[in-house]
Amino acid sequence: MSWQIITQSLPIFLKAFELTLWLSCVGIVCSILVGIITSLVQYFKVPILGRVLTVYVELARNTPLLIQLFFLYYAFPVIGLKMSAQVCGIIGLVFLGGAYMAEGFTGGFAGVSPSQIDDGKALGMNDLQLARYVVFPQGFALSMPALAANIIFLIKETSIFSVIAIPELTNTALDLIGMYYRSNEYLLVLVIAYAIILVPVILLLNFVERKVRYGTFGN
Amino acid sequence: MTEEILRVENLNKYYGDWQALHDINLTLHKGEVLTLLGPSGSGKSTLIRCLNGLETFSSGAIYFKGKKIDGSSKTWQALRQKIGMVFQSYDLFPNLTVIENIMLAPVKVQKRSEKEVRAEAISLLKRVELDEYVDIYPRELSGGQKQRIAIVRALALHPEIMLFDEVTASLDPEMVRGVLQIMADLAKKDHMTMIIVTHEMNFARQIADQVLFLEDGKILENTSGKEFFAHPQTDRARDFLTSMDF
Repeated sequence: MSWQIITQSLPIFLKAFELTLWLSCVGIVCSILVGIITSLVQYFKVPILGRVLTVYVELARNTPLLIQLFFLYYAFPVIGLKMSAQVCGIIGLVFLGGAYMAEGFTGGFAGVSPSQIDDGKALGMNDLQLARYVVFPQGFALSMPALAANIIFLIKETSIFSVIAIPELTNTALDLIGMYYRSNEYLLVLVIAYAIILVPVILLLNFVERKVRYGTFGN
Repeated sequence: MTEEILRVENLNKYYGDWQALHDINLTLHKGEVLTLLGPSGSGKSTLIRCLNGLETFSSGAIYFKGKKIDGSSKTWQALRQKIGMVFQSYDLFPNLTVIENIMLAPVKVQKRSEKEVRAEAISLLKRVELDEYVDIYPRELSGGQKQRIAIVRALALHPEIMLFDEVTASLDPEMVRGVLQIMADLAKKDHMTMIIVTHEMNFARQIADQVLFLEDGKILENTSGKEFFAHPQTDRARDFLTSMDF
């Protein structure tokens, strides 16, 4: 183990760290949006679109991200759709993450009691108002545990981006190992880098989960 | 004769092959109180839920102020602002304070000014003696308090008729009186048109202008409140009243 190797690699790792963080943030935010829209469409059983999105969710959840990325990066250019590696990565992550988020929200929405829906309807709300003021706030609180698990899952899933040569953390570490054969040093930095991202995220999510459960919500 | 508020004609409802409601007819005029009585499973709740579109029906027609309701979800959604309903479950929205619960629909659905609605909500809360709970979340309230607020929440929309579906059935006995008192008050002071599903026979006798006695989804008696409790016509109704200690 050589400290010099580690310190020399830090500037490169810092860049990769920023990229992983950036890709994770964009991927998570977009996945949550896709998930919310998908689950609301399914919740209100919007004709046709609901069916299409069910197919999407099943397709996305039942294929590995690795294969989805190969498709986006290697197969799509064949039909004339060429995108940069980073765009492919984000699209793949959101394709997968959106489906996972949708399942999480669907579970939360299903947990909103039917009597709450009756209340909202009896007060003259239309479907949109019902979604906004009743189903969503209560269902969102109920889906917090799933949401938290998905956020952590998606951050870790960015490591798969290494296969399409996006210079994020894992790709960078593998590259450096390939060049200098110092696996111990680079893998140590890699693990620490992921921990620096994930540990605060997990703590924050735990805090939010508790807040939502014991705060103004719930019984 | 005062204005007709609600009329139901030959309403039938099926769940698959099973018929839940048979040829229901009723007419309700402004200021009248109708109680739906009958044993559990007789179709009272199904019927009252049909009256604001929470349940669909298979055939027949419902008229609101003489106008036939076309049954589309848009029509029902608009009508529900005029047909208030309170349920057995005394659910408030748990993520909103008492005042937010009451103000939500008048402000967001009816687009009334927040200031005006707030003032009205507070005066309604005073009326049910809960004005000290304005900024409290529902989980800190008792069932009876929640139910009184649920009534206020429905009233804040200025309904022309109120539906009460067994609103005291899951409350502690001591909470029941306060809720019934409010309903009696609404009938006597506000002359609110009301349909009430209840098992509180004393209350029904005091308040009902009209009684519909149902069994197995059929109307067995449709008569005035006085007449029903004094001279029930069918054996079934007599048995029912006896079993309720009448």
